[in-house]
Amino acid sequence: MALLNVSRRLAGLLVETSSEMHHRTFSISPVTAAIQKMTRVRVVDNSSLGNTPYHRPPRVIHVYTKNGVGKVGDRVLLAIKGQKKKALIVGHKMPGERMTPRFDSNNVVLIEDNGNPTGTRIKVPIPTQLRKMEGDFSKVLAIANTFV
Amino acid sequence: MAVCTKGLDKYILSLRLLRNFQLQNERLLSTSTCRLATEKDGGKPPKFIPPSKPIIIDKTQTAASLRKFLSPEFIPPRQRTDPFKFSIERKDMIRRRKVLDIPEFYVGSILAVTMSDPNASGKTSRFVGICIQRGGKGLGATFVLRNIIDNQGVEICYELYSPRITKIEVLKLEKRLDDNLMYLRDALPEYSTVNPDIKPVPISPTDEVPVNKLKVKMRPKPWSKRWERPKFNIKGINFNLCLTPEKMEHAQKWAEPWREYDMLKEYDTSKLEEQIFSEVQREMNK
Repeated sequence: MALLNVSRRLAGLLVETSSEMHHRTFSISPVTAAIQKMTRVRVVDNSSLGNTPYHRPPRVIHVYTKNGVGKVGDRVLLAIKGQKKKALIVGHKMPGERMTPRFDSNNVVLIEDNGNPTGTRIKVPIPTQLRKMEGDFSKVLAIANTFV
Repeated sequence: MAVCTKGLDKYILSLRLLRNFQLQNERLLSTSTCRLATEKDGGKPPKFIPPSKPIIIDKTQTAASLRKFLSPEFIPPRQRTDPFKFSIERKDMIRRRKVLDIPEFYVGSILAVTMSDPNASGKTSRFVGICIQRGGKGLGATFVLRNIIDNQGVEICYELYSPRITKIEVLKLEKRLDDNLMYLRDALPEYSTVNPDIKPVPISPTDEVPVNKLKVKMRPKPWSKRWERPKFNIKGINFNLCLTPEKMEHAQKWAEPWREYDMLKEYDTSKLEEQIFSEVQREMNK
């Protein structure tokens, strides 16, 4: 009985500390620009590189556009788990045009240098305007589950 | 006494007569339909013809008792633009409304929008979500739908008068405590999750629109905005769970209680609303 109680208390303590750790009083990532250098992103495919936990979130270290701002369909270079890896933006927090979806997180899909996706499934909805964009996204679109 | 009994007798007689009359009538009606069916089929057993569904006309529901609703984008903003511009825009809006049924809805209602999308498979896409904001005046009016799909929050800003919209359905008509639900982005995900397969909830066109007095629980800070500040004036958040009373007290430092007495900011639209409402009714019935 006593052991049980102790374990319960310990669990409660753990939960409390974790909630405190998440509780920051200052804002850390503004929603202003779409995706630029040093933006932290969320990898949404099932590749092992993007899904294994690591103490540092993946960050954009280069955007392959002329103005340095990445939107849906642009390629970026990520620093992920101490490696450099290319990725494709498939959704961002900044609202785009009317009638297009806006997501609650900055989503990317890891791709190889030749444009093939690293993972085999995408877990979140993908914007449909990716279909009409020039560039070869057919393999990324083929592994998507749902479209918005 | 005698007079009384006589009166009663008369009354009972008349009742009986009435009943008989009714019964005869009913029988007549039923037999006639049956005979017709048998004659058509010849010798075969009569085919079952389901009676036509009775159309119930509620006589109590007159045009006057219907709830009055004017879409907020009809009311021009308070500015020095020529009112002629807005009257022309209204004409175009009414022309669009004659083609597409734009129903009455509010922030907090659950909507389903079908939009023609050249990129989607099947060329149309349907999105179900809770309306969290209505914006814009005139032809450029917009509304934002929010839903959580596969644990990913998705918002779409629709243009109300866009020709790409093919259908707008109201699945659940209700209001919330606030006119802007942008704080759902910082609330727990269950408050913005809507099942896309829900059936529309019927609501009578005469009743008042129900107000959902739900108070949402928020995620821990930081939020996208400081919702506790008085300028947002938000009633739909349960602040007791996420902020201490001292913090709530501290937020009152930014209160501007003199603003409501600013006569230059006053914009009374009631007269304008009446006028535009009658104009819209007239044009729609043409």
